[in-house]
Amino acid sequence: MTFVGWSQIIILLALVTFSAWALGGFMAAVFTGKRTFLSQAIAPLECVINRLAGVSLKEQNWQAYALAMLAFNAVGFVVLYGLMRLQSFLPLNPRGFSAVPEALSFNTAMSFVTNTNWQAYAGESTMSHLVQMAGFTVHNFLSAATGIALAVAFTRAFARSSSATIGNFWDDLVKSMLYILLPLSIIVAIAFMTTGIPQTLQGSVDATTLEGVKQTIAMGPMASQEAIKQLGTNGGGFLNANSAHPFENPSAWSNYLSIFAMLVVSGAMPFMFGQMVGDKRQGRALFITMGLFIVVGTAIVYWAETSGNPIIQALGIDPLQGNMEGKELRFGQAMTALFVVATTGLSCGAVNAMHSSLTPLGGLVPLFMIQLGEVLPGGVGSGLYGILVIAVLTVFIAGLMVGRTPDYLGKKIEAKEMKLAMLALLILPLVILGFSAVAAMLPTALSSLANAGPHGLTEILYAYSSAAGNNGSAFAGLNANTGWFNTTLGISMFLGRFAYIVPMLAIAGSLAAKTKIPASSGSFPTHGPMFVALLVGVILILGGLQYFPSLALSPIVEHFLMLAGKTF
Amino acid sequence: MLSHLRPAFLMLIIMTVLTGLVYPLAMTGIAQVAFVNSANGSLISKNNTIVGSHLIGQAWTSDKYFWGRPSAAGKGYDAAASSGSNWGPTSKALIDRINGDIQKLRQAGDKTLLPADSVTASGSGLDPHISPQYANLQIARVAKARGVAEEKIKAVVLANTQNSALGLFGEPRVNVLMLNLALDGLNAQSNG
Repeated sequence: MTFVGWSQIIILLALVTFSAWALGGFMAAVFTGKRTFLSQAIAPLECVINRLAGVSLKEQNWQAYALAMLAFNAVGFVVLYGLMRLQSFLPLNPRGFSAVPEALSFNTAMSFVTNTNWQAYAGESTMSHLVQMAGFTVHNFLSAATGIALAVAFTRAFARSSSATIGNFWDDLVKSMLYILLPLSIIVAIAFMTTGIPQTLQGSVDATTLEGVKQTIAMGPMASQEAIKQLGTNGGGFLNANSAHPFENPSAWSNYLSIFAMLVVSGAMPFMFGQMVGDKRQGRALFITMGLFIVVGTAIVYWAETSGNPIIQALGIDPLQGNMEGKELRFGQAMTALFVVATTGLSCGAVNAMHSSLTPLGGLVPLFMIQLGEVLPGGVGSGLYGILVIAVLTVFIAGLMVGRTPDYLGKKIEAKEMKLAMLALLILPLVILGFSAVAAMLPTALSSLANAGPHGLTEILYAYSSAAGNNGSAFAGLNANTGWFNTTLGISMFLGRFAYIVPMLAIAGSLAAKTKIPASSGSFPTHGPMFVALLVGVILILGGLQYFPSLALSPIVEHFLMLAGKTF
Repeated sequence: MLSHLRPAFLMLIIMTVLTGLVYPLAMTGIAQVAFVNSANGSLISKNNTIVGSHLIGQAWTSDKYFWGRPSAAGKGYDAAASSGSNWGPTSKALIDRINGDIQKLRQAGDKTLLPADSVTASGSGLDPHISPQYANLQIARVAKARGVAEEKIKAVVLANTQNSALGLFGEPRVNVLMLNLALDGLNAQSNG
């Protein structure tokens, strides 16, 4: 670890904090119907879109909100599946790719609809430009907009008193798209172009190297997809190597911008929340909790990766650069470590280094960040409602400790909310550990592993954690493009997204209906360091209790085996 | 739910047109006007043939040229199949590959402690850069193969070394293709 490395990390996090604060205020204005500087330009377009789609902008109760969201996602899934199955008959297929197979299409459509963007395929050798643009880029926007809409609805549940409704899904969706995601994407896409990311409709170019060898260089409209891939915490790259690829991430600058873009919208959500519930300190407390995990996680990865792999160093390799397998030279260890932690603390899943080749402890951190529930700061929108569910649990536990009826932001937390919160929280460990346990015993699943020993178990655990947490990054040694993995990972993504969202919306409905009680001397303050400490504790204890046994058998034991010089 | 399907479908079509066609095509239009070179892959031509991209690493085998890092993309630097090795730190296959690369470098005459990037594959398999240490290590071999004084090669390496911007952003690195192109230019000069 160096001073220069830490300076880069701190400057970037400071920039993100400031921008997130500003963006959060803007988002609160947009979703409370206030006029903003964009209103004059965008409001007419918004009107036209709502009229063309024929949506009703009436306020919805939580069931109607949920149904509209589910219908929209179901249609999106079916159309995306169709696009992939029919790509050979459709235009914009310059390299003539044939139809994507059924299981892979199922997995990929689910992956993009749920904001996971898990990629069981290699983009440059599988998907036409039409699928990348009209399929993936669109769902990069829509899945992120869906997340924002849901978070806004959940926020209203705390902001409103005795309300039967939590907003209108279509209104929230279109506003997220037009006021937030599209304008930001245009700015970031152009910024990405200045760093050298290609943006062309060409499929590939043939070069003849100085040694006379032919090199086919795949390219395409990447800058536009790259922008929303990061802003929407999607993470699905145009090319197989994702943000490690020199076209998707050509320089230290593009890397800096990538990390900034992936953090900024999710980082803005707690500030938006604070503003909308009328107490900015509440949002700040959530933001600080998220930031603590990012900083500590980055420190661990940075330290582990610069310490390197003693087995390799023993062969006469200079330890100066640290562990370089799977890493690009141009980013440096510090900005690689921050990328690794940000992309998994978020549910982004873009990678600028191969996570599978990280040192065991360096790989443990991203895995654990995903397993902590994708709330640090989590996916766009999904991170906010995720951490609010945990916050509700935290005040409940705090209430139990002092023997008081717990309340959060003036809303009484009762048995009904707790049951729904537990339902949402338990779906992740059930999916992750359940499927991993089966896969670890199934010969067809085990034949997909690229690494033997404890690293193999990490590959499986990481795959199901990433899918259920809607992250999408991978310990990519695992060959996930098989019938078993495509199907079970697709199911994991579905459950991780929608089996979480529905109880969450039910909590929103139930809380919105409650009358807001004013804070009294007996209320537990949820904006101070005490609450932050409790929230951190609950997140760690929840994650630890659920996953520590499996982690002890995978990265932790691998760490000690590596120190002992054992290979598999 | 059924009553939601019609608006859902229409909304999807509208958003597909907006974000799937208008947005990427408009961005492509801007790129093709304002960033002609980089928007098309930062390609480099020599004598009217494309010899590669500034951003994409290539496989080098001749002693006359500087070599890049090991690559796991296809059969090595396949720019239509980017990939890392994805081998974990305790993988026997990784250690075997590294041992093979060490032997190759030792045979080529590199006796000192080897920098990590000389024997590790990058995440994309297309890393265009090597560290200045790895470049320095290869100077003697390249100078011998070209029959040029080491000082001359050293000067070209130095001229092609990029340092961190503002002493902060980006690692010190050498772009292998640009370096090798500069070397060929050097020979052309001295011959002609």
